[in-house]
Amino acid sequence: MTHIENRLSLANVAAGYNGQRVLHDVSFQVPHGGQVAVVGPNGAGKSTLFKVLVGLLPLRSGEILIHGQPLGEHKDCVAYVPQRSEVDWRFPVTVKDVVMMGRYNRQGWLGRSTRHDHEAVYHALDQMGITDLAFRSIGDLSGGQQQRVFLARALAQEPHILLMDEPFTGVDVSTQEATLALLDKLKAQQVTIMVSTHDLNMAAQRFEWVLLLNHRPIAYGPAPEALSQENIRQAFGGRVLIVGDVAVVDECCPPQEG
Amino acid sequence: MWEALITPLTYAFMQRGLVASLIVGIVCAVIGCYVVLRGMAFMGDALAHAILPGIAIAYLLQGNLTIGALVAAVAVALLIGVFSRQGTIREDTAIGILFAAALSLGVALISSIRTYAVDLSHILFGDVLGVSTSDLWLAGVLGILVLAAVALLYKPFLVISFDPVLAATLRWPAELLRNLLLLLLALTIVVSLQTVGVGLVAAMLVTPAATAYLLTRRLPVMMGIAAVIGAFSSLVGLYLSYYANIASGAAVVLTATACFLLAFLFAPRRGVISKRLHHLLQK
Repeated sequence: MTHIENRLSLANVAAGYNGQRVLHDVSFQVPHGGQVAVVGPNGAGKSTLFKVLVGLLPLRSGEILIHGQPLGEHKDCVAYVPQRSEVDWRFPVTVKDVVMMGRYNRQGWLGRSTRHDHEAVYHALDQMGITDLAFRSIGDLSGGQQQRVFLARALAQEPHILLMDEPFTGVDVSTQEATLALLDKLKAQQVTIMVSTHDLNMAAQRFEWVLLLNHRPIAYGPAPEALSQENIRQAFGGRVLIVGDVAVVDECCPPQEG
Repeated sequence: MWEALITPLTYAFMQRGLVASLIVGIVCAVIGCYVVLRGMAFMGDALAHAILPGIAIAYLLQGNLTIGALVAAVAVALLIGVFSRQGTIREDTAIGILFAAALSLGVALISSIRTYAVDLSHILFGDVLGVSTSDLWLAGVLGILVLAAVALLYKPFLVISFDPVLAATLRWPAELLRNLLLLLLALTIVVSLQTVGVGLVAAMLVTPAATAYLLTRRLPVMMGIAAVIGAFSSLVGLYLSYYANIASGAAVVLTATACFLLAFLFAPRRGVISKRLHHLLQK
């Protein structure tokens, strides 16, 4: 029997901006095809963790291994779905243009789109149910449609690891369902997924693994164990109220944009 | 009518001026699309003014003025990067400081050269009728270089402008690409110096591109429309300046501004009037 490396492995990772240390002592492993919800209060370092994983922020210390090799060795295996507030929606690109960017890793700087690229783009659009929007400007779409565009781009990228920053915030229920359905489909394809969310219910019900984060990992494990009352209290501090078996978190959602 | 269009072109200096204006109109408009989309208008203006001390020093050393301008523009572009990269001051603050400093240094140097005083207005507002054949060659070669770079590096420039996070996940050298874009901007500004001058080049960068932005939803089309508007403004502006006897750079910029106002009011989807109409029809 051959030994299979964990797909994603972090050891003692620390990171931050300009002297401010946002994350420290982060160590955990995600097996092939694992789906992890990253939960924690605002400012706990969820987005920072993702920025480190895509290579946007340098590591202060520690080590990140993907397929047993350091970050950056595998150039195209991480896809990232940004928060909607991070995207400039007035940029003059169509839905198809954005999804085609998911193929740039295969094309390189100078390569042209092949027929295979176009097929992959239309397949991704079809999977997200937005084929009819292909030539629409991204600025003309609704919030849910905008999210589907970036999910389609991630699909076209055919990644091994998919990171999604707050995909359930500020979108309609049908987009939430489409996102969850996509997660199920990707699970069958053994794609490893990390999703940040402040929705404890979503994390508990729809994810097998939960990483509870507040600048450092509070708990990491199967959802029911990681989301124990004690752990939630530790992560959210005074902003949690526990009534019987129910934990209520007094946590305002990230600002929604129009 | 036909004669009115042909008459000015019987002069060789008008022919050269026209070709130079067209080159500048097109190159500025194309690179200007990135200036508009990346919010670099202030940067473009600063780079244009930063050229002044370069020209003055080149003149004092009796060197080539264009090369002096190019060196100064590149130096300031990189300095702005260095100042703001530390994160201690914001980029627009760094631009503001260097822009004023370079302009002051340029004026100080030029005012020390008495005989040069007349030419100052040519630097500030352009002297399209003084374009020599060698100037034209230089503008042509640099212009083609800039356009070729924009076409070849379409994908990386699109990605660093629209989605820097994607550039990071693809491990593309975003920093290098940003500096390259600045270098192309500096080259464009140097090419424009002769026709519209330091004071008005920012308008040639921003106005045609902003007009095109109102008319389309795709970047390649935006670049094409901007180029047409830039060329059209240069052509019309030059004739205006010939017949109305006004400064050519100002005439070109005013023509481009008129195009912008038309698009702002009447653009099919983004114009003020069509939005109003749409709003009324929905009621």
